[in-house]
Amino acid sequence: MTDAAANSPVTAMPPKQRSMWGDVWRSYRRHPGAMAGTAVFLLILLAVVFGPYIHTVDPGKLDIRAKNITMSLDHPMGTDNLGRDMLAQVLAGGRTSLAVGITAMLLSMLVGAAVGILAGYFRRIDGALMRVTDLFLALPLLPLLLVITMLFRDTLRAAIGPESGIFVLIVFIIGITSWMNTARIVRGEVLTLKEREFVLAARSIGTRNHRILTRHILPNVLSPIMVSATLGIANAIITESALSFLGLGFPSDFPTWGRLLFDGANFMTLTPSRVIWPGLAISLTVLSVNFMGDGLRDALDPRIRGR
Amino acid sequence: MARYLALRLAILAGTLFAASVVIFLALEVIPGDAAAFMLGLNAQPDTVAALRAELGLDQPALWRYLGWIGGALQGDFGLSYTYKVPVAELIGDRLWVSLPLTLYALALSTAIALPVGILAAARRGGPADITVMGATQLGIAVPNFWFAMMLVALFAISLRWFSAGGFPGWADPLAALKALTLPAVALALPQASILARVMRSALIECLGEDYIRTARAKGLTRGQALRRHALRNALIPVLTILGMQFSFLIAGAIIIENVFFLPGLGRLVFQGITQRDLMVVKNVALLLVFAVTLVTFLVDLAYAAADPRLRTRR
Repeated sequence: MTDAAANSPVTAMPPKQRSMWGDVWRSYRRHPGAMAGTAVFLLILLAVVFGPYIHTVDPGKLDIRAKNITMSLDHPMGTDNLGRDMLAQVLAGGRTSLAVGITAMLLSMLVGAAVGILAGYFRRIDGALMRVTDLFLALPLLPLLLVITMLFRDTLRAAIGPESGIFVLIVFIIGITSWMNTARIVRGEVLTLKEREFVLAARSIGTRNHRILTRHILPNVLSPIMVSATLGIANAIITESALSFLGLGFPSDFPTWGRLLFDGANFMTLTPSRVIWPGLAISLTVLSVNFMGDGLRDALDPRIRGR
Repeated sequence: MARYLALRLAILAGTLFAASVVIFLALEVIPGDAAAFMLGLNAQPDTVAALRAELGLDQPALWRYLGWIGGALQGDFGLSYTYKVPVAELIGDRLWVSLPLTLYALALSTAIALPVGILAAARRGGPADITVMGATQLGIAVPNFWFAMMLVALFAISLRWFSAGGFPGWADPLAALKALTLPAVALALPQASILARVMRSALIECLGEDYIRTARAKGLTRGQALRRHALRNALIPVLTILGMQFSFLIAGAIIIENVFFLPGLGRLVFQGITQRDLMVVKNVALLLVFAVTLVTFLVDLAYAAADPRLRTRR
């Protein structure tokens, strides 16, 4: 009997320490979609950050003699009706679009996680917070976004400058209208977590609420937050491009992918490249981020992990 | 059931009340006031004063709110500032484009998504499943207004099968449907992708239930068990998503109607926004909220009818 136990695979396990994040990474690495998504997203990120140093054409430089080119050696993505280089504009636009996407996602995660944790942990405010969440989910958000943009655009632009004003406004309105799903997921997670033994143990030795929240609850809801964060980036990029596409986003001398689509729409028959490239950029970014989110969810879900 | 119905009705009324307050407050906090905002920067002071009197801005806020809601309840939405016609009339005209468009898109998305989702779940892990999962990822990632532009480029500009935009009216129903086809396809694409994924995962979850094993044990084939037992249960979450998609379709319609120059509600509210016609904006926004909450309410009822467990919970 003892011999059999000694030779069983359980005792033959390697003594190497395995952390949770190590497991997640190992599982994430084996997810082909997630790795492809990560590679494409990093490529887009690198292109957008370092591209303008390699392709050193000024995106705002007018060259009327070289207008409406579909594709050429000097202008790989063509030029617009004022002779501005499209590749330079797509790269510059990507900086803004990604910056908006990531900042708006951070704001939305902050609000969503805060609402979710508070609602899940403190029963007294749960009902009120969830009613507000439901209300936000019931509102038709796009008309509301458009109204808010229209109402505050001029005021904010006057207050903190045209570019940063519109950036703050767009990040803010996307952030405050996209936190609801995160809040719901986090709340559900917190509701089950707070009944777990380690939270009871912490409470029984007199740990204060804020310490339980930061030491025990928050680290354990990080994984659903990370998954919604990837979806949040995708959502924010699409929303920003939709706003810009309707002409209510950034001004035209400040390109974003949506703004380029808006400006190019009227020239679709003449120079289709003006519409195709920015649209492809949006689609590829969103697609890669979504694949990353899928991989992350599979890697973080212990029921799927290890299968 | 009566108690459940009363609770749902109370939630419906509460949501509508809260939403109307949000809309009212959003338009109240405009820097300056509504009259100055609607007339723009170079308005004469006496014009602003005249409009302020016309809009009743000299009355207290609570009074104006009650007047607005009281009017809306009787179908009186006030006068559009740019068109000089009752907003109710504008909405009535535009509804004849938006409602058919939404239903068309919803029908398209359901007709595509359900079979595709069922196929993917039945052949889980096979080539059909992988194709469906890849295609739906693409459908979610592509912004629908860009997809709409690509549709126009292909089917209207290159192939000349459809017109690139505009709406001929319902005098010729076939022409009207044809004009709505490209917009409906563009609207339906992301919804169909989401719906197909929900259908697939709901069906896969149901196929893992004990009652499926029982059904197989008593001699049903995999296909029979899927059709008779799993499918019916898997349709419940699909129904919820279908209801939620209604609000997404309404929001998406604003952009798509603009791409195709369709005279619908979305274009009306967008024009209202750019022309600073606050009467149109606040009333169409209220109407949209009403439509969305009403559909949510109906879905909740259908859900409770389909699943008796929900009626007793809470």
